[in-house]
Amino acid sequence: GPPAPERVLFPPTFSVSEIKNKQRRHFMFLRWKQQQRKEKLAAKKKRRKEREALGDKAPPKAIPKTIENQRIYDETTVDPNDEEVAFDEATDEFAPYFNRQTVPKILITTSDRPRGRTVRFCEQLSTVIPNSHVYYRRGLALKRIIPQCIARDFTDLIVINEDRKIPNGMLLSHLPDGPTAHFRMSSVRLRKEIKRKGKEPTEHIPEVILNNFTTRLGHSIGRMFASLFPHDPQFIGRQVATFHNQRDYIFFRFHRYIFKSEKKVGIQELGPRFTLKLRSLQKGTFDSKFGEYEWIHKRREMDTSRRKFHL
Amino acid sequence: SSQVVWDTLGNRQFCSYKITTKTQNFCRNEYNLTGLCNRSSCPLANSQYATIREEKGRCYLYMKTIERAAFPRRLWERVLLNKNYEKALEQIDENLIYWPRFIRHKCKQRFTKITQYLIRIRKLTLKRQRKLVPLRRKIERRENRREEKALIAAQLENAIEKELLERLKQDTYGDIYNFPIHAFDKALQQQDAESESESDAEKEEDDDEDEDMAKREFVEADDSELSDFEDMDKLETSSEEEQEEEEEVEKKASHSKSKGKTPLKGPTRRKRPYIEIEYEEETEPTAKT
Repeated sequence: GPPAPERVLFPPTFSVSEIKNKQRRHFMFLRWKQQQRKEKLAAKKKRRKEREALGDKAPPKAIPKTIENQRIYDETTVDPNDEEVAFDEATDEFAPYFNRQTVPKILITTSDRPRGRTVRFCEQLSTVIPNSHVYYRRGLALKRIIPQCIARDFTDLIVINEDRKIPNGMLLSHLPDGPTAHFRMSSVRLRKEIKRKGKEPTEHIPEVILNNFTTRLGHSIGRMFASLFPHDPQFIGRQVATFHNQRDYIFFRFHRYIFKSEKKVGIQELGPRFTLKLRSLQKGTFDSKFGEYEWIHKRREMDTSRRKFHL
Repeated sequence: SSQVVWDTLGNRQFCSYKITTKTQNFCRNEYNLTGLCNRSSCPLANSQYATIREEKGRCYLYMKTIERAAFPRRLWERVLLNKNYEKALEQIDENLIYWPRFIRHKCKQRFTKITQYLIRIRKLTLKRQRKLVPLRRKIERRENRREEKALIAAQLENAIEKELLERLKQDTYGDIYNFPIHAFDKALQQQDAESESESDAEKEEDDDEDEDMAKREFVEADDSELSDFEDMDKLETSSEEEQEEEEEVEKKASHSKSKGKTPLKGPTRRKRPYIEIEYEEETEPTAKT
């Protein structure tokens, strides 16, 4: 019999991209787009009618795909009941903090010659983190500061790196031999730039919220953040510092909350806000040459998939 | 002929090495001894000339004589100078013996300056170097975009509020916040589910009540807030019947909360109605009976 035409359309349609004239091509493309939209709307309406017609027997609504839904499963995701993780955490560098043997004492400093914005940011950061001190650096090598800090009982060191008068990097180092994390900082907003902000943060110890730190790496970073704050939050102060991880970006916010009823809470933002993205995690204290890196962000390997996150 | 060269290039016509500024003329020639454009410092206009130049940290003495003027390839004779400063000066002297004073003097000066800056370089490299890491525009833009999207996806306020409410439910705040309605609802739910558990709940509440009684006595010295009198009156009548079950949630630490509240008027948004239930000591005995 006659050969069955498999892919030929009758009549043959021109695809929009074959038109050489840019104006006409643009025009045809818009027309095609409108048509698509109309079809989509019509399909939606039809589906809705069908759903209403079926009533109770309708199939459940499809869950929209989000990046969080589609995230590639990471093998290092921490299971809350995992014993190995619990054991590791009981014996790692933060154990003395979590066993309440040490009280956090933080040293905040900057890179050389900080400019106004960074200076103000450091001051505000020191009001947010209790028991923290700001010291300015004039040409001192980090490697020399660190033994001095350890001698004076500091538990953590924060170095804010500055570029073109704005802070753009943060180095967080847990001192007696602890891990060092290097972050890229962005979207820094000082207190006066925050809209509808409250008054100054008081001296009360804030609560800490750590959201979405799911993998092993995320867990250790989360513990690093938690070890910055003293253990017993003073609920009188009603302040809360939040580190929220979303798609490998850690958002820091500082709020004051108030419970209006048991189902409603109002929060008001005080304090600076910034976003961090982890660049590298080093095992010991800061050492750029001989340090042992636990994790480095390698762009070519790690940025290949849009749905793969590491924290 | 050097005079001719100077008359042409130096003074009148164009010299490609010459840079003029308002006050001075500079010479860009690499063999120039002083860097200025003068009759005595122009390497083109002097058939007998010498310079010091440094390459990779070592200094060389370059010399040019009339005899070799016809051979451009062999024009500049190069002598490696000693690393030792004094010895190098002696070398310059012995090589430039019988040369004009000006050139000798300027050579030594130039050599001194060069050694000084070499020392400085060596010192600086020992100190910390600032490493410049170039940003890649495409990557920066991509990361900023992703950050914005992540911020939108994060819904921070909702997440924080949810977390705080969770903590409230799980009693991490202890007895600070009194929401009697909460306890009442809890009791109601238990009542709906099983009638037996209700009595258990009441028994538990009685136990808590006893504990609270002890606590209550401890803090009677605190002052009560008179501003909440009106609220108190409104709620007192409605919550009369609930009081027995709510004894456990009477809060003495509400005073501490108010202490925390008054200096900070911020969070109380006047737009939304704010109800805080507080019990005064005077009415407590009546409620008990």
